[in-house]
Amino acid sequence: MSDHFTRFYGVQKPSLEGYVRIFCFTRPLLRECHRQTMPKALCIRQLTKTYKNGLEALKGIDLDVEPGDFFALLGPNGAGKSTTISIIASLVNKSGGSVSIFGHDLDRDLYAAKRCLGLVPQEFNFNTFEPVQEILVNQAGYYGIPRKEAWKRAEKYLVELGLWEKRKDMARMLSGGMKRRLMIARALVHEPRLLILDEPTAGVDIEIRRSMWQFLKDINQQGCTIILTTHYLEEAETLCRNIAIIDHGRIIENTTMKGLLGQLNTETFVLDLTRPLVHLPDLTGHRLRWVDELTLEADVDRDVSLNRLFVDLNREGIQVRSMRNKTNRLEQLFMHMVDRGRAK
Amino acid sequence: MTNAHSNWIAFKTIIIKEVLRFSRIWIQTILPPMITMGLYFVIFGGLIGARIGEMDGIRYMDFIIPGLIMMAVITNAYANVVSSFYSSKFQRHLEEMLVSPVPNYLIILGFMGGGICRGLAVGVAVTLVSLFFSPLSIHNPAVALSVVVLTAALFSLAGLINGVFARSFDDISIIPTFILTPLTYLGGVFYSITLLPEFWQGVSMFNPILYMVNAFRYGFLGVTDFSLWLSYGIIIGFILALYGIALYLLNKGIGIRQ
Repeated sequence: MSDHFTRFYGVQKPSLEGYVRIFCFTRPLLRECHRQTMPKALCIRQLTKTYKNGLEALKGIDLDVEPGDFFALLGPNGAGKSTTISIIASLVNKSGGSVSIFGHDLDRDLYAAKRCLGLVPQEFNFNTFEPVQEILVNQAGYYGIPRKEAWKRAEKYLVELGLWEKRKDMARMLSGGMKRRLMIARALVHEPRLLILDEPTAGVDIEIRRSMWQFLKDINQQGCTIILTTHYLEEAETLCRNIAIIDHGRIIENTTMKGLLGQLNTETFVLDLTRPLVHLPDLTGHRLRWVDELTLEADVDRDVSLNRLFVDLNREGIQVRSMRNKTNRLEQLFMHMVDRGRAK
Repeated sequence: MTNAHSNWIAFKTIIIKEVLRFSRIWIQTILPPMITMGLYFVIFGGLIGARIGEMDGIRYMDFIIPGLIMMAVITNAYANVVSSFYSSKFQRHLEEMLVSPVPNYLIILGFMGGGICRGLAVGVAVTLVSLFFSPLSIHNPAVALSVVVLTAALFSLAGLINGVFARSFDDISIIPTFILTPLTYLGGVFYSITLLPEFWQGVSMFNPILYMVNAFRYGFLGVTDFSLWLSYGIIIGFILALYGIALYLLNKGIGIRQ
């Protein structure tokens, strides 16, 4: 058998360990080949939108989102995020450019593109006079899912999102957080490959927000590509791997979350002290500011270790009780990007 | 799953949703026309009708029953679609359909189907009320049923077009109040067109509801002022025209997409 292998392939037959090594070596290559040949989850080219009142909401956007990605689309109010999302969801007619979802062009293959997409819009847009479970069952029906199967799926997502107890209630009876979760369940009931969430956790308390984050992480791990817009930048930082920043209808940054955060040169920390401070110490290499006698602010460069700061503070007899970031890191960067974009 | 099968499920879903919607609020949708038409039967058919005698050789009560049933069908088919479509636009849950792969023609047919169901439900309810005043006799059930279904379809489409253009709740009551109700009252519900002077007979010929009421009356009583085929031709012609307009509006996204 081994001789046959050698004669045929011209090499020694590998051992089991050899096979494992070949598998481990080729798997990333195969995965990359697969990734390269697979259509993008979302591909936007030169997308423009001018409203009837003359407002130019989008000025030629290019954007790619890879399958399986967790992607953040950020921007200030009125930047063009919701217009972009509404065009993708075919709720707004584009003025120019192209959009394709998993290779299905919106102009040529609209219904196939729609089947791949689930949308959680910013504002509540379900019939508040319909029972919760019926909303999901009807939505599944619009995607051609038979009613029996639709009831099963509705049950699955209502249970997963903690709404099963409320299934017979009219949607208007739900709290704000429940309504948000209902919209997520509705967007998932046809099991889309691309899920777009436009500020899904707006007005939701911290506990529910965290549970929603975990839920979104889970469905992303199961293979669903997610695009998220949010004003909670901590949310984007926690969940997303890639990020684009849009302002005045243009993409002003499109990179990985790590790469973006890597651009931060300085972080500001707030230090709570154990004893009141008499005077502001002059520490070489650190920029300290007096807030009050028990609080200091320190700007720490990226290449400076925090240990050094503490050693220097210790030498001056200053004991730190606790420490926190003054601003969210992403928030700081976001403002910087937007300001820079506007200056250009 | 084929597209046709998928579309069939989507179509059924819209109809079920619409039927559940008006059934859930039957006190607002089914009961009022029963009471209103019951009053018409008592006052016009019973009290005044007894003094009128016969119309076209038929007892006045029997003469007005088909017209009043048709009147209820027309107003309810129209009201169902205009209010459902406008409120789904106003509350933005129309987006559920617009985001999904439901073709526009199916959205139209779905809403139309809902309007027909409401029209028929009210028609049956009013017919049951009429049994208190006159025994039911149907001369040609096929004509009666086909005319009532086609008429409900026609006014459902008209309601949908009104819903597309409506920008406020006031806009959805303008057409029923200023156009639909006068046309229905002047559409031969309470009188035979032969009673009118020649000039007004000519004017009445432009009222499409006249043909529907007459065709439906033929289905019940076997008498009509016009050819049945002319009535069918006018009803189907209006349905095709209104469907074409509705499809154009939805394809263009007028009133629903920016």
